[in-house]
Amino acid sequence: MNEPVGQTLAKGTSPQDRPPVAQVVIPARQTVSWVVAIVLVLLVLGMAYVVITGGGVRWEEIPPYIFDPTILSGVQLTLIFTFASMILAVIGGIILAVLRLSRNPVLANLSRLYIWFFRGTPLLVQIIFWFNIQLFVPHIAFGGFVLDMNSLVSPFTAALLALSLNESAYMAEIIRGGLLAVDRGQAEAATALAFTPAQTMRKIVLPQALRVIVPPIGNQTISMLKTTSLVSVVAAQDLLTRAQNIYARNFLIIELLIVASLWYLVLTSIASGIQYLIERRLSMSLGQDSATAPSFRSLLGRAATFRFGGDGK
Amino acid sequence: MNASLPLLRAIGVRKNFGSTEVLHGIDLDVDRGQVTCILGPSGSGKSTFLRCINHLEKLSAGRIVLDGELIGYRERDNKLYELQPAELARQRRDIGMVFQRFNLFAHLTVLDNVTVAPMLVKRESPSVAKATAMELLEMVGLAHRAAAYPSQLSGGQQQRIAIARALAMKPKLMLFDEPTSALDPELVGEVLAVMKRLAQDGMTMLVVTHELGFAREAADRVVFMDAGQIVEEGPALEVLNAPRHERTQSFLARVL
Repeated sequence: MNEPVGQTLAKGTSPQDRPPVAQVVIPARQTVSWVVAIVLVLLVLGMAYVVITGGGVRWEEIPPYIFDPTILSGVQLTLIFTFASMILAVIGGIILAVLRLSRNPVLANLSRLYIWFFRGTPLLVQIIFWFNIQLFVPHIAFGGFVLDMNSLVSPFTAALLALSLNESAYMAEIIRGGLLAVDRGQAEAATALAFTPAQTMRKIVLPQALRVIVPPIGNQTISMLKTTSLVSVVAAQDLLTRAQNIYARNFLIIELLIVASLWYLVLTSIASGIQYLIERRLSMSLGQDSATAPSFRSLLGRAATFRFGGDGK
Repeated sequence: MNASLPLLRAIGVRKNFGSTEVLHGIDLDVDRGQVTCILGPSGSGKSTFLRCINHLEKLSAGRIVLDGELIGYRERDNKLYELQPAELARQRRDIGMVFQRFNLFAHLTVLDNVTVAPMLVKRESPSVAKATAMELLEMVGLAHRAAAYPSQLSGGQQQRIAIARALAMKPKLMLFDEPTSALDPELVGEVLAVMKRLAQDGMTMLVVTHELGFAREAADRVVFMDAGQIVEEGPALEVLNAPRHERTQSFLARVL
């Protein structure tokens, strides 16, 4: 009987012999990666040793501040900034995306200009700009009303404005991508069924685009939790501002920055967990990893099949 | 409207895409209750012509008149003014359309696919819309799939739903744009059966198709188009059995 090529065995065994069933297999050694790993662990331990024993950080001061009411209200405000600006940004993003896809060149280019400007200038600059808006627009008047910008634009409103206007630009691109991912035939069918363009957008295109848009919105939200710390430059009383206020009095700078960092870590970890759950549900219902989605239509198909356990053909 | 006039009149319909003219002046009348099949090779402008009828495509010249009403434009001082989207939408209520690729709404159940337009566009109450929808689903033989999503259905089933969806608006005219071309061969029959049933019930239908069998059995008239023009037109059997024009003859010989 001919032995197939590639079945030739190690020296000392005759070619006819089959390998013993319980043959020991020794994987190739990963010498280099283990050496690197050991060096890195030593480095980390060394740095930790230096920090802990250096005497620069008064560790015992940290725990009391973790649940300090001032810090907690900062956490609360950071959450408010995050979610309020994300909600406003989604609304703004939808409007900008629809304008960007408009056939009217003026509308499309206005949207393009907005996105270009707000993505092209630093958020930090935008925050400071809104905070100082009363310097060049002292008041606005309409009808008999005169609004003093100084009282209108508090650190809170300046921060919220800057965050949501800036985020709207990023959201617009995400939403535009989602709208373009919806098959054109869907809008065409709605048009043929006598839907107005607005009805087509609201009832047919947007609901289908949402499925594509949700995961990146999650990423943006997590990112926004940390980005809100930028508003501390206008003393907007977020978590970082509160930590700064405290260490300005007692000089426990590192300690309070650690407290703030712990809270940011907790918040982003929780948000990542929520995002993981949402995306798992989404991808389970989509039946596969959404990153390698072949087409939106077939994704939806899987979604429906999963959710209703139907006898899909 | 005058019942003796044709339901649909296309007069000198021209269409350019850029500098290329794809329709070179189409004249066609469709009488009430009549089934007209448009045959012709790919790229002959059949689908484009169909899409001009409900103004999915703007005309470059000519006019479409449905039941005495100019579609897509308002005429004043010998000029045509294109209508606003809301007015176009109102005119499209009378024209149902079935697409080659079905285009069922992927995020809606079968039942919602059929009820969404009557409820949204005609403000029908949910109960009325649902009753009509179930009747139509019964007619296309898919009432038992009302809760399914389009992706759970075969192509043939999806196309039957798409027909029910268009009928739910109670249109005066039904347009079919190659309704069986995207189907597996064994699924073509079920869709054609629904269309024949519709024809027998007296629906006015304009069907772009490659199904000569359907044309032979269900069509009153057959129109043969080639290179953006109507080459030959007449009673279905006459055109199919004894085509006069040489291009029709060679096309039919190749398709059969």
